[in-house]
Amino acid sequence: MRLEYFQMVDRVASLEGEAIVVESTIPDASPVFEGHFPGYPLMPGVLLVETMAQASGWLLLRLMDFARMPFLMGVKEAKFRSFVGPATPVTVHARRIHDGSGYAVTQARIEAGGKRICDAELTLRIMDFPAPELAAAMRGRGKELGLA
Amino acid sequence: MASSFDRIADIIAENSEVPRENILPDSHVINDLGIDSLDFLDIVFAIDKAFGIKVPVEAWTQEVNAGNAPAEQYFVMKNLAARIDELVAAKGG
Repeated sequence: MRLEYFQMVDRVASLEGEAIVVESTIPDASPVFEGHFPGYPLMPGVLLVETMAQASGWLLLRLMDFARMPFLMGVKEAKFRSFVGPATPVTVHARRIHDGSGYAVTQARIEAGGKRICDAELTLRIMDFPAPELAAAMRGRGKELGLA
Repeated sequence: MASSFDRIADIIAENSEVPRENILPDSHVINDLGIDSLDFLDIVFAIDKAFGIKVPVEAWTQEVNAGNAPAEQYFVMKNLAARIDELVAAKGG
């Protein structure tokens, strides 16, 4: 993970049907941990949500062959069940549970050492790419991840 | 079973701050009920699930924006219920 660049996904472990599993390692140091929290560094819950959203986003991009862009627009039933700190490898599972018209709904969870850290239901709006640079960047990173 | 109108009105009341009694057959979902786009997608998701269909919101919006259909055809409650009934019938429901 590169928290300061919002790059939350290190690699894709598997992609099967409408489900993806990605792996990432929370960095051992980041300015984020200086504030959250002094003397007790924890991965912020909002960044865990972002991590689940990105796993969902990569899944949807692949399912749409990178033709359109998913944007996070709703988070439901988010539960943070366990703390997770620096230098921790995590596994992120995301599954599309509904393919709507102009939107998709996923269920996602993060695990570390086999223990569930958090889970949520995410709604993503599906839109045409608003900028060609974004389409190129997503496809480029998708290739690095083996998705494009 | 409740009518499509009643089921949709219940869904809207559950997924927005609009009181159920304010949702009438002639209510325009956006102009009269003030449903914003985020709530509307939640409502569409709930309708998709409840009726086992995929409401083609994007196609409807494109038709309206292109001037090929009046917004009332899709977004006034009684017409929305009729469109949902058509989608369910087309699906063989």
